[in-house]
Amino acid sequence: MDLFRRRSRHLSLPSGESTTPEEPDNLWIRCPTCSEQIYEREYVDNLRVCPKCRFHFKLALSERFETLLDEGSFEEVDRYLRGTDPLHFNPDGQSYMDKLAECEHKSDTSEAVVTGTASIEGVRLVVAVNNFAFLGGSMGVAVGEKIARAVDLAVSRRLPLLVVSASGGARQQEGIFALMQMAKTTAALARLSRIGMPYISLLTDPTVAGVAASYALLGDVNIAEPGAYIGFAGPRVMEQAIRQKLPPGLASAESMLAHGMIDMVVPRAELRGTIARLLRLFTGASYTQRRESRNGSVPHKLAAGLLNGGVAVGD
Amino acid sequence: MATSLDFEAPLAELEAELNKLKATAGTSEDAGRQVDGLQRKFNERLRTLYSGLTAWQKVQVSRHPQRPLALDYLRLAFSDFTELHGDRRFGDDPAIVGGPACLDGRSVMVVAHQRGHDTRENNRRNFGMPGPEGFRKAQRLFRLAEKLGLPVITLVDTYGANVGVADEERGQIEAIASSIAEMCTLKVPIVSVVIGQGNSGGALAIGVADRILMLEFSVYSVASPEAAAAILWRTAQRASEAAEAMCITAQHMLEFGIADQIIPEPLGGAHRDPTMMALKLRDALGPVVGELLSMGITDLLEARYHRYRNIGLAFVESRVD
Repeated sequence: MDLFRRRSRHLSLPSGESTTPEEPDNLWIRCPTCSEQIYEREYVDNLRVCPKCRFHFKLALSERFETLLDEGSFEEVDRYLRGTDPLHFNPDGQSYMDKLAECEHKSDTSEAVVTGTASIEGVRLVVAVNNFAFLGGSMGVAVGEKIARAVDLAVSRRLPLLVVSASGGARQQEGIFALMQMAKTTAALARLSRIGMPYISLLTDPTVAGVAASYALLGDVNIAEPGAYIGFAGPRVMEQAIRQKLPPGLASAESMLAHGMIDMVVPRAELRGTIARLLRLFTGASYTQRRESRNGSVPHKLAAGLLNGGVAVGD
Repeated sequence: MATSLDFEAPLAELEAELNKLKATAGTSEDAGRQVDGLQRKFNERLRTLYSGLTAWQKVQVSRHPQRPLALDYLRLAFSDFTELHGDRRFGDDPAIVGGPACLDGRSVMVVAHQRGHDTRENNRRNFGMPGPEGFRKAQRLFRLAEKLGLPVITLVDTYGANVGVADEERGQIEAIASSIAEMCTLKVPIVSVVIGQGNSGGALAIGVADRILMLEFSVYSVASPEAAAAILWRTAQRASEAAEAMCITAQHMLEFGIADQIIPEPLGGAHRDPTMMALKLRDALGPVVGELLSMGITDLLEARYHRYRNIGLAFVESRVD
């Protein structure tokens, strides 16, 4: 099995020809940045990226799974873990519990993150994906707990971790409990570091505030999608603070790359390949296996040497 | 001239009367009795007022211009504080102060937010809202404390981390995240005291600790009430509602198990008697630091991990509908 070859079939989206044939295929979508009219089919085939200006539209949770993970590889954990209402938050006459139920109904997930095990190009890993459709992907107790449990799972199974963030930050309705999830998730990650398992953080549009300022920035490798808004202050808060329209490019993935906060900006179509390659490089065993499978048996020392930047061990 | 808060208005007249009487009354026994009587009456009304403060009124007290700040405590409750400067990477952020000091005959490392008592000082210190350099200075001092085996004491007092273009570019998010990470595994005891307001990641970045103490009228929140109201309702005008709804007071934090202990403030708030407040702080800190120092480092780190790992566990459930 050649793990490096991209299996492009898996990159097609659910609303594409195979899954929703009833959808008329003469729809056009207008790109919000370059105003290009994009043919629906082309847009879907292109992973919801504008073919002209490369603007990356937001992906629904299911689309994220399909574009990133090996087909059928995802096994969800903690599916029914939900938050309750620690503050009995009800200042507007709508209780927070009702709001949660409404979000669950609309977004089809029980909380703002979905976690489990999966594989990418055959590499096993633990994955956590924010659902931005659920209260802006915000982190309350349930999200913090699910992320921490995903980290624990990676520790107990000795698997690498991938977290895909899209979040407005800590959830105000859970007050101090939400803030403290920043420490909970960070404390959990320290245990993953201790056993030497890699953590890749994929930051998508937008990743801000309490999530950006905790686990999302703590990846061994931080990867962002092109154009993603990444920062401490969200666009609205930033505009208020600087009392002007947001300067173009501020707190963008590209700006974060230029300022050394992330390792790379990777177009959507290349995410699978990039993440899989990094995980193979980081978990030497898989790398050795792959080389063995392609070139026949490779001495372990040599394989280890290749991992050290090509210098043989002992040199 | 003491700043009077809006909700203290009903007491202002009485206080003015008392101050006038103190200034003009002679030394006669009669005058003394008159002053004492008025003082008792004032204290009683002050006590009644302060025992029924709303969350939003506590926010006002926590922001009081004359409320003792970190450097006041370092002068009044500690000795030999020697301030260290700079993050060794880019600059020195005056919104965070820190360095070694002596508490009750024991060397400790203090790291604290520092705002100002007046506009000039507030401008210089950005109202105690740190940028990335502040958090990186804090991390540098945490590591130094670890190397020297000094317990860390942090004093939390901030509107939140600063929001600005330059802060974003120099990695505000990275600085906060790595500060939290540093504190999660720091191999010395950490005690955090909220002396004013503890808001947002800017507070937590120096707030991860083995024990959390809060002054009686201090508050702790995921965001300042103004910021929370802006997020929830798109208007900062509803800050007082946010303050109530978000349960941000020290008393809530004790009930939630976030804070371990509340340090009572002098009658009418710390700003009325900074020296007494400093002594209360010193007396509260000593035993806590002593207790933590008696724990083995492995037990301490394990307990710290579980402290944070378990926050909010009572508020999740697994149910299949």
